[in-house]
Order: sequence, then C-alpha cells, then structure tokens
Amino acid sequence: MRVTFTVNGRPQEADDVWEGESLLYVLRERLGLPGSKNACEQGECGSCTVRLDGVPVCSCLVAAGQAEGRDVVTVEGLADHARRRSRGDSAGTPLDEAKGWRAEGGTDSRAGAGTGLAPVQQAFIDAGAVQCGFCTPGLLVASDDLLERNPNPSDADIREALSGNLCRCTGYEKIMDAVRLAAARRSEGV
Amino acid sequence: MDFLRPASWEEALAAKAEHPTAVPIAGGTDVMVEINFDHRRPEYLLDLNRVGDLYEWERGEDSVRLGASVPYTHIMEQLRAELPGLALASHTVASPQIRNRGGVGGNLGTASPAGDAHPALLAAGAEVEVASAARGTRMIPVDDFYTGVKRNALRPDELIRAVHVKKADGPQQYSKVGTRNAMVIAVCAFGLALHPGTRTVRTGIGSAAPTPVRAKAAEEFLNAALEEGGSWDNRKTIAPSVAQRFADLCSAACNPIDDVRGTASYRRHAVGVMARRTLTWAWESYRGARRATEGAA
Repeated sequence: MRVTFTVNGRPQEADDVWEGESLLYVLRERLGLPGSKNACEQGECGSCTVRLDGVPVCSCLVAAGQAEGRDVVTVEGLADHARRRSRGDSAGTPLDEAKGWRAEGGTDSRAGAGTGLAPVQQAFIDAGAVQCGFCTPGLLVASDDLLERNPNPSDADIREALSGNLCRCTGYEKIMDAVRLAAARRSEGV
Repeated sequence: MDFLRPASWEEALAAKAEHPTAVPIAGGTDVMVEINFDHRRPEYLLDLNRVGDLYEWERGEDSVRLGASVPYTHIMEQLRAELPGLALASHTVASPQIRNRGGVGGNLGTASPAGDAHPALLAAGAEVEVASAARGTRMIPVDDFYTGVKRNALRPDELIRAVHVKKADGPQQYSKVGTRNAMVIAVCAFGLALHPGTRTVRTGIGSAAPTPVRAKAAEEFLNAALEEGGSWDNRKTIAPSVAQRFADLCSAACNPIDDVRGTASYRRHAVGVMARRTLTWAWESYRGARRATEGAA
C-alpha cells in the first residue's frame, strides 16, 4: 500500500509498504531516514521515539497505515522543529537534507547552535551526554518535547519524561545535565 | 494482510462483522509487538485511530463513560478526580510514549492478567460497553469480562466502544510490584476502593491468577468488620488484626504461577502486603477527609 504523510514539515509518500510494517521501518527503510533507531521493536527502549501529531510515541508500535495523513517529526527534523517553534516561519526539512543531516555546529562550541542543531542537541554535545549514540535520537526527541511542555522541569520531571528511553552507556547523569543545561540556556535567553 | 481503515464507529463495526478475524489495533502496544516479532500474522488489521468517538469521555451522574482509546496520559491528567484508582494505575503503564497511545480498550481487548488497568476497574466497579453491527450494544460487568488467560467475553464480531467506570465516592489506591518504576510488566498489582456510599470496600488483583480477580472473601470479611465496628461513622483506625486478616484473605484469593517475573509464593506474599498498605492509605485518607471537614467547621 501507499502511505502519504507529513515528515518534518514536508509531504512524503512511501510506496510498496507492507500492511504490517511499522512507522519506524517506513522512516528508515522506505524514506532513508535512519535517525530513529531500531533496537527492541517492542516499545521498551524508546530509541525509535518520534513525534506523531506532536505527541512522542514509539514509532515501532505505530502501524505504517496509522500514520496516513498525519504529521511526523523525526530527530532529523528536530532543529527545524525548534526553529519553527521559536520563529514560526520554517518551511520544513526536505528529504534530501534530512538524509544528509550533519551536526554542522561542531562538537565543542556553541557557535553552531541555531544552524544545524536544536538547542537540546547542542546541550547534549556540550554536556557530554552522547556516548555510543544509539539512544540519543530518542532521548533528544523526548527531551525536546519535555522542554516544549515544561521549560523549567524539576529533576523528577526530567526522569519521568525520559523514563521510556534506555541508555546503556552513560548512567543518565550526563543526560540529566544536558536537559538541565538546555533548560537553563533557554531561560537565560542564550 | 489487509489494512482496514474505518472512518467511523459504524464503519468499524461493519468491517468487524464482515471480517471477524480482523485484529483491532489502536495504540499498538500489544499488536505491533506480536507482528514485529512474527508471532502473529493477522489476515486483517482493523485500525481504530480514525474513530474519533473512541477518544472521547463523558462524565455522567454516577460514572464516566471512557472511550476505549482515550490515552492513559489523558486519564492521568484529566480524570484523576473522578477515577483516582484508574489514574494511579495509568501512571504505572510503561512509559510516556506508550501512555500517549495506549488506552483501556487495549488492556481489555488483550485481557492479559498483568494489564495495569484491570485491578483499578475491578475495585472501582465498571461495565464494558461492547457493540456489534448485528446485535447493537451490550454492557458486560467487568467482573464477567475476563474469562481466561488473555481471553475475554467479546464475540468475534464485537468491538469495545467504552468502559463505564463508577465515579469515586471515596478514596482509592493502587499498587504494583516491579523491578523499577517505569517500563515494567507487573509482577503483581492491587487496586482498592472505599465506597462510603454503599459502605463497601472493593478490590482488584492483577497478575496473580489466570485472570484479574477480586478478593471477594476479603471484601466480605472487611465489610462485616467495618460494619460491626461502626467504622464508617466513627472512622476509627482499623485494628492491625483486621488489616492482617484482610491481607491474608487477599493472598488466599490469588492463584498465581511461577514465571520469569516472580514465583507464585512471592506473588501471594506481595499481594497481601499491598492489600494491607493500600487499605491503610485509603482508610487514613477517609479519616483525614472528616478531620478536614471538621477543621473547616
């Protein structure tokens, strides 16, 4: 079947989709967006987290056909999503650009913030919250959603919001630091 | 596999009547895992995401008619006052991502003994509203809904429309045992509701028998003890011996198995502990409510 939906602000079509396929599979294998990671395929790890009509969900638990006509934001479109949120004037991320996504802001300075990275992505880099990186896309999408809903979260709020995202490297402390950092920068207007 | 995409409740019922083997999918928590792992290849998937009615709830005089697909997130955030037990149970479901999509209809449809909503529904008192194109709507008391391990009273052409949960008329509590707070399938769970209006206590036990069950002998014992002591009126502390007997009877209502999550004897023990604790919490809150009223007067 064909699935037509919006991905990162642009209309997209996926063809020859098997009816039992997950949204995650469509994103990765049909549209060439491997940012959302495929790990547990049972909703346990959160590494496939995307926004579906604005709400964070495990894309491995969404049947492809359920995404028909709906709006999906993946980690590749997170920077654009953040820009749109703050300025309200972005045209979305074309598929080619999303496929060729690079962290063009560099790894050790904040100079690049606002170009290729969402503030929460820059904060993850600056706080050293990325180790092997496999859980990172899901954590970024979940963290960005948390800060959108709650710009000033307590530690308990952060733990709750990230409770569906497993990281086996960092022990979560750096991830907590990163979310606190992103929140602090936002409240300082950096 | 065919993907059926009804746009309305009527269309959904017609599709289910035409294809009784169709597997309904809403939040996907259970169905997608079975498909992802190749445990199940249904001939038809019946997508309920487009049926808007299933995402609505109505507050009635005595109960809340909760649409089958209302996400747990909304129950937690918007129905805590009316359905405190179910709101607590909803908060223990998996993770925010899952709670954003999953609803009570899925828990009922899967009818796993470990479904988090069941003990809260049993304790509060609930009826499941199901419907078919041929015979219309019927109401199934939740006590009669669970018929076996992952079996329920639904007929092949029926779908779950809503669950009517009695609005709380007293404190409710919910407790669940697992290795961590999030992303845990219950080792066992316990729901308890005080119903001062009828002077009764109701319970629900999860994951400690082939189906979710009430501890009826424990309820009867406690109802009699509270009546005899005049406790609903004088609101005295429940004697430790009464709480312990209640806990023992709750343990006795279990019929658990040993599995990877825990042993049968652990489950029996833990249900007793949860029964005593939830009773104490709920009763203290019942007592506190009067103190608050008196303080204001």
